[in-house]
Amino acid sequence: MIYAGILAGGIGKRMGKTELPKQFLTITEKPIIINTLEQFVINSNVDKVIVAVPENWLNYTIDLIKEYKYSDKIEITCGGKDRNDTIMQICKYIEEKFGLKDDDIIITHDAVRPFLTQRIINDNIEACKQYGATDTVIQATDTIVESVDKELISNIPNREYMYQGQTPQSFKIKELMNIYNELTEDEKNILTDACKIYAIKNKNVKLVKGEIYNIKITTQYDLKLAKMMVKIKGEEDA
Amino acid sequence: MLNQIIKLIEPKKFEICFKEEKIDDDEYVIIRPTYMSICAADQRYYQGLRNREILEKKLPLSLIHESVGKVLYDPKGEFKQNQNVVMIPNTPSFNDEDIKENYRLDSLFRSSNIDGFMQNIIFIRRDRIIPIENIKENVSVLLELMSVAVNAVENLKKVNITSCNRIGIWGPGSVGYAVYIILKQYFPNSKIAVIGTTREVLNYYPLADEKYLITELKNDFMIDHAFECVGGEKSEKAIDQIIKHIKPQGTISLLGVSEDPIRINTRKILEKGLTVLGNSRSSYADFKKAIEILKNDDIQENMEKMISEIVEINDVNDIYTAFDKDINNQFKTVMKWNL
Repeated sequence: MIYAGILAGGIGKRMGKTELPKQFLTITEKPIIINTLEQFVINSNVDKVIVAVPENWLNYTIDLIKEYKYSDKIEITCGGKDRNDTIMQICKYIEEKFGLKDDDIIITHDAVRPFLTQRIINDNIEACKQYGATDTVIQATDTIVESVDKELISNIPNREYMYQGQTPQSFKIKELMNIYNELTEDEKNILTDACKIYAIKNKNVKLVKGEIYNIKITTQYDLKLAKMMVKIKGEEDA
Repeated sequence: MLNQIIKLIEPKKFEICFKEEKIDDDEYVIIRPTYMSICAADQRYYQGLRNREILEKKLPLSLIHESVGKVLYDPKGEFKQNQNVVMIPNTPSFNDEDIKENYRLDSLFRSSNIDGFMQNIIFIRRDRIIPIENIKENVSVLLELMSVAVNAVENLKKVNITSCNRIGIWGPGSVGYAVYIILKQYFPNSKIAVIGTTREVLNYYPLADEKYLITELKNDFMIDHAFECVGGEKSEKAIDQIIKHIKPQGTISLLGVSEDPIRINTRKILEKGLTVLGNSRSSYADFKKAIEILKNDDIQENMEKMISEIVEINDVNDIYTAFDKDINNQFKTVMKWNL
């Protein structure tokens, strides 16, 4: 089985003054999370879509998704205390509700990246079947500057080897759970990115080509940009 | 969901635009395009060969009206997931039994007055797709071209023609080739003469009964009916030559598009009592017939010869490559759509 795990656990601390968490804001008419979910709903390779939301937004999300006809492909559960914990909550939900097989895959994706494409989803599935884990990236365009003491440059890595991470990140579920459960509590607190766990454990993570427009809507500026992308460019129908 | 639509913003400039779409409208089926082919009409927009007023009115516009794809999602469940379908670019607004759907003034047409198929996902009315089986995917993209030929040949059939011993095709490009294939089905006992400007192109018609360069036609060469598939300014000379070599009361089927008006010798048309048929685009029924014809393996093999090149589209830059290559390709440039 191939599952999509939609990470909507955040409450939008970086968004500034918003009553609704960022995933429930709208770009045009539909909430961001609905636009994201629909890319997975229409993908015939994806069997189930599991959405993890903050506990106090659970009923709101259930009611929201009920408005759409395809709601039977979607399951909703509560997010965890951080990103990886949320992924684990989804994995546990899958294990309890559907059982786990060795080849089961989870495509984890930020609810607030609604501009992803079918090609990105399909490439994730294919690469994950072959390599066991994937990370969606784009080539870095800015030079990355490292400063350990936050005052002086400690390193400037060669940009040729630098990528910016996006989502989806996809994993064979059983392996992901095993690796995560081996971590100490301290490691769990430091390793906020699931792919980073794989990298540290010397496990292969295959890169999948993302898109520059597969942006994450985190700040008010991102939301404004997303609105401009859709309204200005998309409204000029012939 | 947010769909990515590749639009021509101005000649030689494509841009990705985004549009929020409804996925649960029962009237629409969601298709993932797999192959597209470039038509001369798309090239005219791309190269900015349409006049300035037209370009200003129509752009930004998503190009391409020849495409096949796979069903991604059907909210009503009538179509199977991953089913191969051909998409019909013509979209009539309402039923009118007196006028065929491709000639109705209110009909919308992809890459003309509505966005074409250069999109990540196509939202298309369910009566505008037809499942296809037993046809190679890359060849099936030529179904639109074949349906246009079906429309034209059907139109000829509707005229009360008495004699049909020899039919001439002027302009042996991809449209002419499709007309030739369809004529062979509808008029198996007629001789088909193909008339072109270069021997190289005529060589693509190994089974044609007769092949001539335009300079080789003798005064006594006569045809019963003719198809003009030349288009552009050159269609003026082609039509002139057709009028000279067609028998009285013959039918001239026009398929070539010319940007500017051309001169036609109406005096001779009157004298010979000729019928001139205008042919443009095609209907659902024409697509159905084209599909039946293309199921034949030999015809698929013949039509595949019309594909000059297949260009893989992995990003927007590849689209420029496809359109630029198409300018020099003899026949069709097909895009394998991986976007």
